[in-house]
Amino acid sequence: MVGSTGPKKLSGMQKQVLGLYRGFLRAARTKSPEDRHQIESVVTAEFRRNSALVERKNFLYIEYLLRRGKKQLQQLQSPDTVGLSHLNVGFSQTKKS
Amino acid sequence: MATGLVRRAISRVHNSPAAKLGCIRAHASEAQAQQVEQKARPVSNLKTFQIYRWSPDNPKKPELQDYQIDLKDCGPMVLDALIKIKNEFDATLTFRRSCREGICGSCAMNIDGCNGLACLTKIESGSSSTITPLPHMFVIKDLVVDMTNFYNQYKSIEPWLKRKNPPPVPGKEVPQSKKDREKLDGMYECILCACCSTSCPSYWWNPESYLGPAALLHANRWIMDSRDEYTTERLDAICDEFKLYRCHTILNCARACPKGLNPGKQITNIKQLQLAKGI
Repeated sequence: MVGSTGPKKLSGMQKQVLGLYRGFLRAARTKSPEDRHQIESVVTAEFRRNSALVERKNFLYIEYLLRRGKKQLQQLQSPDTVGLSHLNVGFSQTKKS
Repeated sequence: MATGLVRRAISRVHNSPAAKLGCIRAHASEAQAQQVEQKARPVSNLKTFQIYRWSPDNPKKPELQDYQIDLKDCGPMVLDALIKIKNEFDATLTFRRSCREGICGSCAMNIDGCNGLACLTKIESGSSSTITPLPHMFVIKDLVVDMTNFYNQYKSIEPWLKRKNPPPVPGKEVPQSKKDREKLDGMYECILCACCSTSCPSYWWNPESYLGPAALLHANRWIMDSRDEYTTERLDAICDEFKLYRCHTILNCARACPKGLNPGKQITNIKQLQLAKGI
């Protein structure tokens, strides 16, 4: 990350973001193969998009996104949930703009 | 008066070829006349509302935005002012509201440093007021806060009737004497607006582990219910250094409650019952 020579040292918040991402991938594994693929692509795109879009020091907003993500993950973890249409809609909208 | 004169003037010019022009001029003078009339009023009742703004769509630092409104054409409550601002000045202002009469608990916010329901708080006569979201809660947008933790705590005290025996008449309700019913006064009125919990310093420091006045008040409501048969289990479930005993009887909750309840007193009741059980 910052110009250090050793292995990357992650901040607490970076670990939280990665943990959330991992949580999404693990939750996707419990769904059917095609759903899993769809969820993974949507989630990956969303994380990649925000990693480029959100300023590193904008902690307030990153914390907000973390909380929102946790809530969405909780919904996804329920066995009744099969897909991720909510995130999908948000993604397609931002794609257009 | 002025409008009457203008109207007569319009009817007179109506036939002339310059009717259209006259109309425009007449309207202009009407507006001017009204302005003069407003200025001539003895007391201009302008008040500035400083409202906390933060939106995830435009993530910069939160700020207080000023809105100046005339109290002469605004309802008496803070919620009326907020609705007026949203209708006439800034449609992006976001807040929760529903019943506008203090029964839904949606419009809980911090008004001039005190937690309360916007619909039950009168607009003070001073020149400015500050409105912020409930303190120590995560903001979703403007005055809307994340209540997930608060509701989960309420859920954790199992706020429903739990019985070991079937009701006396099968398939019917469990009767309760008037005296037993009166024990629930001062608790059943709670609308879960979160004004008390978010005013409690102890809850600020331990929002995850301490249940907070609102949830504990509801715990006591089910402990005191004569029909509930899980009283001891309920007492055991919250007998915890953090869940219950983070209450240090600061009693901010009783000051904040817009329904005039006293959660602190109910928490003391739980503590007394636990002491009595221990002996």
